[in-house]
Amino acid sequence: MERIWVLAESGEQGPTALTLELLTAARSLAPTVEAVAWGTDTAQVAATLGEYGAAKVYDVGDLGGALPGAPVATAIAALLGAGDGVPDAVLLPASYDGRDVAGRLSAKLDRPVLTNITGLSARDGALLTEHPIFGGTKIAHARFTGEGPGIYVVRAKSFAAEPSGGGPAEVVAAPAGDVGKTGSAKIVARHVEAATGPKLDEAPVVVSGGRGLGAPENYALIEELAGLLRGAAGASRAIVDAGWVPYSHQVGQTGKTVKPTVYLACGISGATQHLVGMKGSKHIVAINKDAEAPIFSVADLGIVGDVHKVLPALIEALKSRS
Amino acid sequence: MHVVVCVKQIPDPAAPAALKPDTRTLDRSGKLILDDSDSYGVEMALQLAGNVEGSEVILVSMAPGGETSGLRTALAMGASKAILVSDDALAGSDALSTAKVLAAAIRRAEPDLVIAATESTDGYTGTVPVQIAELLDMPSVTFAKRVTTDGSTVTVERQTEAGYDDVESPMPVVVTVTAGVVEPRYPSFKGIMAAKTKPVDVLSLADLGLDPAQVGGAGARQEMVDVADAESRGAGEIVVDDGDGAQRIVAFLEQLKVI
Ligand SMILES: Cc1cc2nc3c(=O)[nH]c(=O)nc-3n(C[C@H](O)[C@H](O)[C@H](O)COP(=O)(O)OP(=O)(O)OC[C@H]3O[C@@H](n4cnc5c(N)ncnc54)[C@H](O)[C@@H]3O)c2cc1C
Ligand SMILES: Nc1ncnc2c1ncn2[C@@H]1O[C@H](COP(=O)(O)O)[C@@H](O)[C@H]1O
Repeated sequence: MERIWVLAESGEQGPTALTLELLTAARSLAPTVEAVAWGTDTAQVAATLGEYGAAKVYDVGDLGGALPGAPVATAIAALLGAGDGVPDAVLLPASYDGRDVAGRLSAKLDRPVLTNITGLSARDGALLTEHPIFGGTKIAHARFTGEGPGIYVVRAKSFAAEPSGGGPAEVVAAPAGDVGKTGSAKIVARHVEAATGPKLDEAPVVVSGGRGLGAPENYALIEELAGLLRGAAGASRAIVDAGWVPYSHQVGQTGKTVKPTVYLACGISGATQHLVGMKGSKHIVAINKDAEAPIFSVADLGIVGDVHKVLPALIEALKSRS
Repeated sequence: MHVVVCVKQIPDPAAPAALKPDTRTLDRSGKLILDDSDSYGVEMALQLAGNVEGSEVILVSMAPGGETSGLRTALAMGASKAILVSDDALAGSDALSTAKVLAAAIRRAEPDLVIAATESTDGYTGTVPVQIAELLDMPSVTFAKRVTTDGSTVTVERQTEAGYDDVESPMPVVVTVTAGVVEPRYPSFKGIMAAKTKPVDVLSLADLGLDPAQVGGAGARQEMVDVADAESRGAGEIVVDDGDGAQRIVAFLEQLKVI
C-alpha cells in the first residue's frame, strides 16, 4: 500500500474529528497520505491536515452552495482519471456528505464501496476492513477483490486521532469542472440548532434516555442528570422519531457513535442499532425495569428498576453532594 | 407527477438473522416483509402525490423468488402499481449491483421524483439511493426530514450535524428520507382488498437488458473474508433496585472518579 487519499470534511472549527481519525489511520497503512477538501478556507485547514499527516490537499474549492456529493465525487474521479499519483484506497467519513461522495464516486468509477467500517488493517498487501454485525456481537472482515482504488466509508471513533507533527499540506487546486444535472441540488439556507454543554460525541459522560421515560417531559431528568455530571444528553432513536428530542441527540447506527468514560442508559432496551453506537464506552450503567433487556448484556452496572424512581433519587443524591 | 419509491423487502428483523455459510451473505430464504425504513418513503410519496394533480406512486423493488408480500403492503397503503426485479442471478448483489438493477427498473417508470430510505434495516449501506441518482444522471438530496414539491422543484430540510439545511433541487431528483419523517398510514381493509389486483410487473435481468455477469454474486468485487465473535464485555453486576439503586450508581461513579 503506497498511497491513501482521505476525504477531508470541515466544519466551523476546521477539519472534523473523524477526518483527523482517518488521516491518522491512513498514516499507519501507507507512507503517502493525501487529502481531498472543498470549501472556501482550504488554505487554512491545510495546516491542520498537514499536522495529521496529509502531504497534499486537493482543493475542489467553493461549491457555490451545491451539496458536496456530486461535485466532490466528480473532482475525485477527474483526479483519478488523470492517472498520476493514483491512490490504493480512498477513505471517506461516514457522515452525511461523506456518504454522498462515496455513493457518487462508486457509480462513477463503477467500483463497489465498503461501508460501516470500524477497523482497517493490511493483510497480504490488501486492505482488510472490519464491520460490526448483528449489533456488534460479531465482527466481519471484508476486502475488495476487483481493481483499486477501493472506496471505504469509515465510522466515527474507529481510530484515535494523533498528530504526526507534519508541516502544512501543499494545496493543489482540483476544481470539479462541469458537474451537469447531478450538481443542481443547492443549499439555500442553513439552520443551526442551539447547543449547550459538551458535545455528545466528545463528552466524558453521556446520559441517554429512551422510550422507558414514558413521556417527553421526563427527558428533563436526563438533561438535569447530564448537567450535574458535566456530560451530554443522548437518546435512543425511538424518542427521536417520536419527536421528543432533536435528531442531534441520537446515539446509534444512524446517530452518533459515542465512547465516553461512562454511558448511562435510562429506559433504553438496547436494540442492536443502539448498541453499535455506544458499546465502545469505557463503562456502561443501565437502568431498565425489565431484567431481560438486552442493554444489561453490555452493562457494567445494571439497575433493574423504574427510571421514575431511580433518576430523581440519583439527581437528589448528586445535588446533595455539591 | 410520477413518484417512484424504492421499497426493499427484507427478512423480518424480529426473527434472528443468519448468514449463509458459503457466501457469508444474509440468508433471505424465508418470507420477506416491507422494510420499515421504506414505509416512511411510501407515506411521503403518497402525501406528495396527493398534493400534485394527476400524480401516481409507483413502487420499485428487487427481491428473490418473485417476492411480493412487502409490495402488497405498500400497494395497500395506496401506491398504484409496482415493478419487481427478481432473478436468480441477483443473489449476492452488492450495493452497486443493486443500484444498477433498480436504476434500470426506475427508468421505465419515467420518474419525476424517486424516494428511498436513508438506509435499509438489513443492509444499511446507505449508498444505494445515491448510486441510483448517479446512474440516472440526477441530483440527490439525502437525509430529508421534510419534503415539499410543486411538481417541478423539491424543497427539502436536510439533516446536518448542527441542525438542518434548506435544499432546493430541480426534478427529476432522488430524495432519501429518514425514519419518522411522516407517520406511515395503516392499510385500510379496502386498501388491502384493492392491493390484491393492482399490477405488479415482474422483470428478469434479460427484460432489463442487464448482463448477469455484471451483477449479483458474479459481479461482486468484494468478499467477506471471515466472521468472528466480537470481544464481549465482561459480565457486569446486575442488581434489583430496592430503593438503593441510585446509591449504587453514585458509588460506581465515585469509584471511577467521575464525581
Ligand atoms: C436501520 C435502523 C437504524 C436504527 N438506528 C438506530 C440508532 O441509531 N439509534 C437507536 O437508538 N436506535 C436505532 N434504531 C431503532 C432500534 O431498533 C430500536 O427501535 C430503538 O433503539 C429502541 O429505542 P428504546 O430503547 O428507547 O425503546 P424500546 O425498545 O421501546 O425500549 C424501552 C425500554 O424501556 C424500558 N422501560 C419501560 N418503562 C420503564 C421504566 N419506567 N423504567 C425503566 N425502564 C423502563 C423497557 O423495559 C424497554 O426495555 C434503528 C433501527 C433501524 C431499523
Ligand atoms: N433490493 C432493493 N429493492 C428496493 N429498494 C432498495 C433495495 N436495496 C436498497 N433499496 C433502497 O435503498 C435504500 C437504502 O438501502 P441500503 O443502501 O441498503 O442501506 C433502501 O431503504 C431502499 O429504499
